[in-house]
Amino acid sequence: MSENLVNPENLVYKKTDAMTDRVLHYCPGCGHGTAHRILAEVIDELQIQDQTIGVAPVGCSVLAYYYFNVDMQEAAHGRAPAVATGIKRVFPEKYVFTYQGDGDLAAIGTAETIHACNRGENILVVFINNGIYGMTGGQMAPTTLEGMKSSTSPFGRDVKSMGSPLKITELVAQLPGTYFATRQAVHKPANVRKAKRAIKKAMEYQKHNKGTCFVEIVSNCPSNWKMTPVQSNEWMEENMFPFYPLGDIKVPEK
Amino acid sequence: MAKRGDVVIDIEKCKGCEVCISACPHEVLSLSSEVNSKGYHYAVKVNSGCTGCANCAIVCPDAVITVYREK
Ligand SMILES: Cc1ncc(C[n+]2csc(CCOP(=O)(O)OP(=O)(O)O)c2C)c(N)n1
Ligand code: SF4
Ligand code: SF4
Ligand code: SF4
Repeated sequence: MSENLVNPENLVYKKTDAMTDRVLHYCPGCGHGTAHRILAEVIDELQIQDQTIGVAPVGCSVLAYYYFNVDMQEAAHGRAPAVATGIKRVFPEKYVFTYQGDGDLAAIGTAETIHACNRGENILVVFINNGIYGMTGGQMAPTTLEGMKSSTSPFGRDVKSMGSPLKITELVAQLPGTYFATRQAVHKPANVRKAKRAIKKAMEYQKHNKGTCFVEIVSNCPSNWKMTPVQSNEWMEENMFPFYPLGDIKVPEK
Repeated sequence: MAKRGDVVIDIEKCKGCEVCISACPHEVLSLSSEVNSKGYHYAVKVNSGCTGCANCAIVCPDAVITVYREK
């Protein structure tokens, strides 16, 4: 009965070679790792590893270039879409993506984000929305929910004085240059599968140079939310998803 | 009958986040009482109910689970 199933013939899942073997520096249970992995799996499945160039942000995922087994370029804080624009225009046949947090993409880099989408740059933007500046200690981000506590809004975000949380994906979806915009999550198996399909679609669209593809992933930050990873995922479902509903926001016209 | 599966967990890379444990439909996984060299309790198999569905592996942020399933 204890026949050994562990042999290559029965293999159904292993870490993709489009990720390096380095140990991720992310906190336990952080969605950044899962988001990296599905993007790497898409690159692997489309067999475009040698044709893909990624741009890393500033934020917890600043070291993304250690983990993606593709050519990578680090950008100054928030400037990834501008750097990706340059790369894509020099190498129009390459698959170019940025990977950015909400502080990077929706605060310091808002201008670069909006204008890259408005120009319809043929890049994929992967946007990790954890409602906070993770790397620097949990400060309030533009995406922080109303009432959500952060190190710079210790009594909760007060929209009167601090403004409302910014739905930047809905905002860029308004721009004619944005071809595809969707919001996903990676905390549960079904969400991981869906998010991966969305990223795959976006990468495939890039082949036809139709415009910017924007994939938001609502994610957790157990360390700064001060919760266990499993609690943070539950909190995310209860609090983030009602304001940031999952699903496609802009899909290509038939 | 469901197919039988098995998982191999790279315990040195596991960070004990327990995300895989709540994703397993057959309660195959639990956290060890031992810790790895980084001081993390790690995921372990506690029964032979695995069907090789790979749910645990695809939610693992650190890609430490490899999954097998009988043909
Ligand atoms: C020009 C500049 N301003 C500010 C900082 C400090 N800083 C580093 S990361 C960061 C925010 C990161 O938050 P986010 O983009 O949400 O990513 P996360 O860490 O949550 O993944 C800030 C403000 C910096 N490094 N450079
Ligand atoms: S601080 Fe938050 S976003 Fe950064 S690695 Fe830790 S859990 Fe992830
Ligand atoms: S999800 Fe991965 S890192 Fe987390 S406990 Fe399970 S095997 Fe370990
Ligand atoms: S492969 Fe499926 S059944 Fe087996 S341990 Fe993982 S989640 Fe559980």
